[in-house]
Amino acid sequence: MKGRDLAELAARNLREAVLRNSLTTLGIAVGVASLVAMLSLGVGLQNLASDRLSRTGLFDAIFVTPKPNTPSFRRLESPNPAALTPVRPLDNDGRHQLEALPDVIAVYPEIRFPTEIHYAGNPYATVVAGVAPSDRNDGAFDQMKGSFFSGPSADEAIVQIELARQLSTPPEAAIGKDVVLRYAERQALPAESGGGKSDGYSIVPREERLRIVGIIETDPAGGFGAFGRARLFIPLKVAETLRAAQTNDLRDLLRDTPSKRTYDSLTVRVSGASKVKDAEDAIKNMGFAAYSLLDASNGLNLVFRVFDMFLAIFGSLALVVASLGIVNTLVMAILERRREIGILKALGAADRDVKMLFFVEAGAMGLVGGVLGVLIGWLIGRAINFGTNVYLARQALPAISVTAVPWWMVGLAITFSILVSLVAGMYPASRAARLNPVHALRYE
Amino acid sequence: MPMNAHTSGRAALRLQQVTRHYQMGETLVRAADNVSLSIGVGEFVALLGSSGSGKSTLLNLMAGLDRPTSGAIFAHDRNLAEMSSEELAKHRSHTIGIVFQAFNLLPRMTLEENVELPLRLAEVERSERGARVREAVDRVRLSARLSHRPSELSGGEQQRAALARALVNRPTILLADEPTGNLDSTTGDEIMFLLREINESLGMTIVMVTHEHPRAERFAHRLILMGDGKVISDGGAS
Ligand SMILES: Nc1ncnc2c1ncn2[C@@H]1O[C@H](COP(=O)(O)OP(=O)(O)OP(=O)(O)O)[C@@H](O)[C@H]1O
Ligand SMILES: [Mg+2]
Repeated sequence: MKGRDLAELAARNLREAVLRNSLTTLGIAVGVASLVAMLSLGVGLQNLASDRLSRTGLFDAIFVTPKPNTPSFRRLESPNPAALTPVRPLDNDGRHQLEALPDVIAVYPEIRFPTEIHYAGNPYATVVAGVAPSDRNDGAFDQMKGSFFSGPSADEAIVQIELARQLSTPPEAAIGKDVVLRYAERQALPAESGGGKSDGYSIVPREERLRIVGIIETDPAGGFGAFGRARLFIPLKVAETLRAAQTNDLRDLLRDTPSKRTYDSLTVRVSGASKVKDAEDAIKNMGFAAYSLLDASNGLNLVFRVFDMFLAIFGSLALVVASLGIVNTLVMAILERRREIGILKALGAADRDVKMLFFVEAGAMGLVGGVLGVLIGWLIGRAINFGTNVYLARQALPAISVTAVPWWMVGLAITFSILVSLVAGMYPASRAARLNPVHALRYE
Repeated sequence: MPMNAHTSGRAALRLQQVTRHYQMGETLVRAADNVSLSIGVGEFVALLGSSGSGKSTLLNLMAGLDRPTSGAIFAHDRNLAEMSSEELAKHRSHTIGIVFQAFNLLPRMTLEENVELPLRLAEVERSERGARVREAVDRVRLSARLSHRPSELSGGEQQRAALARALVNRPTILLADEPTGNLDSTTGDEIMFLLREINESLGMTIVMVTHEHPRAERFAHRLILMGDGKVISDGGAS
């Protein structure tokens, strides 16, 4: 029999026993729905976690420091030129080289220093930190009041809520007001001898007027905790130009080119967590030490894979139970349709035709059940989401999405449903095909 | 009428020592017991005998719906015993038309769909099917009832529909198992006249099982009487 005739006859048979077939189809749908609901929860939670983690800036960041030169200490007794090579300083040359690496989005120092600010005439002691433009995606700035810096070097500041409460009541009133930052600028003394070698610095006190544009409630994570306990955030470029007194200034004094800045550490941001490994290797080859949380994130992915696998196993079990419904329905159908099968065979149907007819019916139930199941599973996912967000809203927490049904899952679930149904249809189909037409037609 | 007037001399069906046994627990039922006979092309044969004499068994063997325990059955010189089940299905589809006592129409299909069914199974082109269905339905004079379901038809009409379904693939051999068994005598005669018409105008070979001796004598060229699975007598209608 040709495919189209097969499909027409199968469709007709399915329609003729609507109740029985729709109960079976519903059984499959419930199996598929539980599979989809569990998978969508797994994928949703994973998305949520990796989204949150990537927003911490921990997983696309590499922490670069000068290479510790410990091996050379051991070789002090037998001096060896290679071992005595000085540690490569993390200076601006190095910084530019880091910026030139592929997939690197930003390279910035972590600037944080204690200082005194003046607001409405009153002095406050606080800690200031520079915020790189790429930190904007940090979750901490999502729920901020006011706005992020208008530009990378705007004279603006964002205040942490606790400081804002000290500055004014209500804290929101501080937005739009000015704050004055007191800092000490170091200025290289002009060289007296012709060698171009500077003799040191003079420290000059300065003031910087900044407009408060926003208030954040949570601390930005900012790479490796560099912003920890900072209360006033200013654009990184502004912070760099402020040239506030840094911990490495003393060391700079001892080097022969004090005007050339060196960094304790630099944070390198790459375009995605997958790019971290290559960039990290390249940085190590440049002679710096590099650290990332890559290994930690790999471990986390593994945990989620296992989590997904367990959810899928439970969902599949539901589908297997549903497929027993198909076996039952089709075996019952053989009993009911003995005569029909006998007639078909008497009229020239081959065993294969009868087998295919039952097979197509099973597949069709799988398809309809699969589509229906995906729909129900998606609705269950929405319901879980809704419930979660109602709960979160009561806790005054922002809404999140804990389930996700990507297209690959839709395709996978429907394909799986059809496959399971076909496997379930195999036994009934071959039994129907083997039915002896003479016997089938003898029964009145 | 001498029977040779209706045969071309070639055999449509040839049975050689055909035996069909059924094992029923301890006892062995010889439903067909060493039957040998030859049915010529264009013959109209009536298979007579008391209940349980093996008429249906023999007919099913000729149809290729069943296989003999031993012996050979040739349809147009092709041995059914050597055919695979796939080939037997083709044989049923293209060479044989079957009509049953119980009509055996599919209840949820219209007359038209019932008659179209063998065309689907034989993979006849869709474009050709309409004309083939109409031709067969015209022959049994049911053209006005195409969209009716079997339950909406009388017994005689149902059997005519079954006849149209048996004819639609243009078989060369028509096998009928008590086609008038469920009908009153007038409607039964209608069916018999149709069978005669089909036999005469299309030259189709017909083997009909019946237990009504007078009717068999009236319409068939040849009467084969069975008893206990054996052929008791074989001869032309008197
Ligand atoms: N499937 C079967 N299993 C066991 N015995 C069978 C089977 N089919 C037929 N028989 C036996 O074979 C014998 C012949 O049966 P068959 O149906 O051919 O008779 P028949 O001549 O057609 O009878 P009737 O006029 O009642 O239809 C009977 O004794 C029947 O009981
Ligand atoms: Mg019988």
